[in-house]
Amino acid sequence: MAEIQQSGGDEGGKKRAKKGSTKVDMTPMVDLGFLLLTFFVMTTTLAKPQIMEINMPVKPKNEVEQNELKASNAFTVLLGADNRIFYYRGLHQPNVGAIPTVEESNWSANGIRKTVLEATRANPNLVVLIKADETSSYKNLVDILDEMAITSTQKYAIVELDNADATLLRNAEKGGAQ
Amino acid sequence: MPKVKPHRTSPSLDMTPMVDLAFLLVTFFMLISKFAPEEVLVVDTPSATTEIKAPDANVITISIGNDERVFFGVDDKATKLRLIDKISEKYGVGFTQPEKDVFASLASFGVPISQLKSYLALKPEDQKKVNQPGIPIDSARNELGDWVQLARYSNPQSIVAIKGDQTAGYPVAGRVIEILQDKNVNRFNLVTDMEVKPVIK
Repeated sequence: MAEIQQSGGDEGGKKRAKKGSTKVDMTPMVDLGFLLLTFFVMTTTLAKPQIMEINMPVKPKNEVEQNELKASNAFTVLLGADNRIFYYRGLHQPNVGAIPTVEESNWSANGIRKTVLEATRANPNLVVLIKADETSSYKNLVDILDEMAITSTQKYAIVELDNADATLLRNAEKGGAQ
Repeated sequence: MPKVKPHRTSPSLDMTPMVDLAFLLVTFFMLISKFAPEEVLVVDTPSATTEIKAPDANVITISIGNDERVFFGVDDKATKLRLIDKISEKYGVGFTQPEKDVFASLASFGVPISQLKSYLALKPEDQKKVNQPGIPIDSARNELGDWVQLARYSNPQSIVAIKGDQTAGYPVAGRVIEILQDKNVNRFNLVTDMEVKPVIK
């Protein structure tokens, strides 16, 4: 099979009836075999895409069903434009008059990850509220959800950014640029 | 004294085991490979450290492109056939059997229902040339919500996966999530790329 055919060596002998060789040249078949092998090896995608599971809360039918979140257990992450990220502790309640101090963070290991990790260690009941602005990208959302998975934060929620928080974010974005 | 002749070995080599193995591998890869359906919308998913693999079957995929077009895809053929019947019932658009078959072969699509019939009537090579506008997601014409809902009715076991592009803006992704919540799909998946999990001290 697929071997080099040797010629010669029989010369000079008696002329006898030529015996048909039983060997078949299988080189083309083997060539094709390897060609197919290469093709399938290269086209096969063995790796399935990764997924991230998200459970959103069931939309409450009315306001009464909603649980009030204690300000001491709240930690808000704001996603802004150009991959910028801000956070503040506590709740932002403009009617109460409490304006939290917004701090800027970053996506590195010492950035938001460390902050969230320290905050959840200090207070296991902490709920991280993720508020993405219209200017932020989908990548940022996945990144922050991934940070939640990395820091094994149990309680987090994607919350709509309201006007008060949007103003807070705008001011923080402007303040950081100075 | 006669010369010592070096022993000549035959250059022929028995390649049978190697060829056997090669064909075994060919068979293996032929059986295992599932050709990835042609992507109409190229999506570059963001990376995350999650290690959960996507399920094999019964997936409803909502793709969000970098140009913020939304595409919808169902992987199971039988589900798609049931889905198109439900859609034609709801929207009052009649589809012929060949059109339904074309629909069942689509991996994903992004045309409004009003244009779906004419899109399905096209030849496969012409379908590729069509610039699909994406599925309407605005509240006035929330077709994506109907697609998701009816696909879930067609196959209650199906799960929803959002395959968004990195550069897609949050508003579209947020709107898609909102639609899913409206349709009581509170558990869904985000398709991501692999990333090495960092060590937490």
